[in-house]
Amino acid sequence: MTVKRKPKLAVWKFASCDGCQLSLLDCEDDLLTVANEIEIANFPEATRAVIKGPYDLSLVEGSITTPRDAERIVKIRRQSKYLVTIGACATAGGIQALRNFKDVKDFISIVYANPEYIDTLKKSTPIADHISVDFELRGCPINKYQLVEVINAFLNHRKPAISPHSTCVECKLNGTVCVMVAQGTPCLGPVTHAGCGAICPSYNRGCYGCYGPMETPNTKALSRRWQDLGVEKPDLVRAFRGFNAWADPFRKESESHE
Amino acid sequence: MEKNETRPCTLSAEKEIVAVARKDFPALFDSLWANGFRILGPTLGEGAIVYDELHGVDDLPSGWTDEQDGATYRLKKRSDEALFGYNVGPHAWKKFLFPPKLRLWRAEASNNGLNIIEEKQTEQKFALIGVKACELKAILIQDQVFLGGEYADPIYQNRRKDALLIAVNCTQAGKTCFCVSMNAGPRVESGFDLCLTEVLAEDAHYFIVEIGSEQGAGIMANVPHSNQTQGAEKAIQAIATNTAQQMGRVMDTENIQALLQDNFEHSRWDDVASRCLTCANCTMACPTCFCSTVEDVTDITGDHAERWRQWDSCFTMDFTYMNHGHARASAKSRYRQWMTHKLSTWFDQFGTSGCVGCGRCITWCPVAIDITEEVSAIRANQTGGKPASSSL
Repeated sequence: MTVKRKPKLAVWKFASCDGCQLSLLDCEDDLLTVANEIEIANFPEATRAVIKGPYDLSLVEGSITTPRDAERIVKIRRQSKYLVTIGACATAGGIQALRNFKDVKDFISIVYANPEYIDTLKKSTPIADHISVDFELRGCPINKYQLVEVINAFLNHRKPAISPHSTCVECKLNGTVCVMVAQGTPCLGPVTHAGCGAICPSYNRGCYGCYGPMETPNTKALSRRWQDLGVEKPDLVRAFRGFNAWADPFRKESESHE
Repeated sequence: MEKNETRPCTLSAEKEIVAVARKDFPALFDSLWANGFRILGPTLGEGAIVYDELHGVDDLPSGWTDEQDGATYRLKKRSDEALFGYNVGPHAWKKFLFPPKLRLWRAEASNNGLNIIEEKQTEQKFALIGVKACELKAILIQDQVFLGGEYADPIYQNRRKDALLIAVNCTQAGKTCFCVSMNAGPRVESGFDLCLTEVLAEDAHYFIVEIGSEQGAGIMANVPHSNQTQGAEKAIQAIATNTAQQMGRVMDTENIQALLQDNFEHSRWDDVASRCLTCANCTMACPTCFCSTVEDVTDITGDHAERWRQWDSCFTMDFTYMNHGHARASAKSRYRQWMTHKLSTWFDQFGTSGCVGCGRCITWCPVAIDITEEVSAIRANQTGGKPASSSL
């Protein structure tokens, strides 16, 4: 008689705020179901207990910012059958990638009383710059329903139903009136990856691009429209330099307005 | 459409046009509710005139209108108390007949395999009030898509069969309107149960009501009305003529099928691709666009599955993703597909144009791409290029 082995799930933290890991804890009732179906082998936000690898599914939060982390992620990859990055830090370098546009030494000397203790890399980079990644889940923070969907899909050996189209599609499915057209509010929705459910436009605000670039972002055309709406170049730079500043299409767009 | 033959009808056949005073207008709502209809129509919401459920005449956008242009929509106060004095807004009626997101069925794993649990579809009858001529034409086009041919869409069929269409003749046109070019308005010609024309004279506010079906007649039987309608036809015509003269856009449709197909490699497609966000707003706002996708989801145990249908768009990459990759990888090929389908190959598929000139794709494109301007540009300088599969 064979006993079905519970898949082992590990959650790993790199440079991040822990918000995406907390999305897993926010799953509440769903988390109980998850816990029934899988063995949580490593999840520091939830428990100190650690079960040794290899792991069936590793969820990785955070970006690579130190030499030690650059080595650690390689070891984690070796122990993981599937590795999924969660959140803007892990998929795009996060807000801390703002350092990439300047010299990190200048920041260190200003921020820390004893800069000599700081051992950091020049750039904050996404996990996929260091190892191969099986799936990247976007968002700052990630959407907990999408997280459950991704865990689900990997455990059931199917493709995650995560759409890479624009946030506009979500607004339209919700019936939300376009804030850019009806109110002249600059919105990053047309170039931003769907996933949050288009929250900001439903509260009369433009999209901040928390989910990073959509599949085929035409940032140049959107910037032209923002300028028509009266947005100045320095504000365009700031708009594209949010949580996904180092994602290629957003990085290039912000640099083009400097 | 099935008609309810048992519905009481006290109006005689020759009284096809009646007049209803503004003060008696709430009786129309009462009559609709008494006949079991849920009333869906225009109302103010999120800085626009949207379509939603109405709970009374007061929900209508009395005294409000809008100003539109490419990528711009602004609400404005009117100088009168017109109930239907606006242009078409962000929503299309398809949201009720072809819902944006819908569960099709559920399934549970059991010892015998899989139990399919069918989804109960809505049993409520809709009365759509305020359907403009271009929108009515769009509904008739979607009827062909969903109900024509060998296979009917049961969800659309169920929602459409009992839907009561209360049309309204447009009393004004916006800057992005071009229904005249598409032969889709501004006067409502047929396909309605009731058609209202709102008349605001110096000291009178009333509706001319054309009765288009027995069901419509049944509804009107309970609404106080006058049969003194001499000159009504002339009044409707005058309003239609006035509205037709206000069209903000024009599209020359002469030989348009061939025009687009013979200019498949026109440089304008590259030009529009440089401006297009591929965000899919035009297709979502369009009242005739009908594409959808189905998604299967499972719960974590794998014992429970659901199939959902939701609107999709030829502008998304997943839409044409197949084993070999994306069939339309470039923005150029996707915009060209959308516009050529709408204005040209729709004729081959359904025998009509897929465009009704409502102007939504112009107003709601965040970067103001204008379908009428794109047609003009191609027409002005025909550089040719036949369809070639390699250029996809």
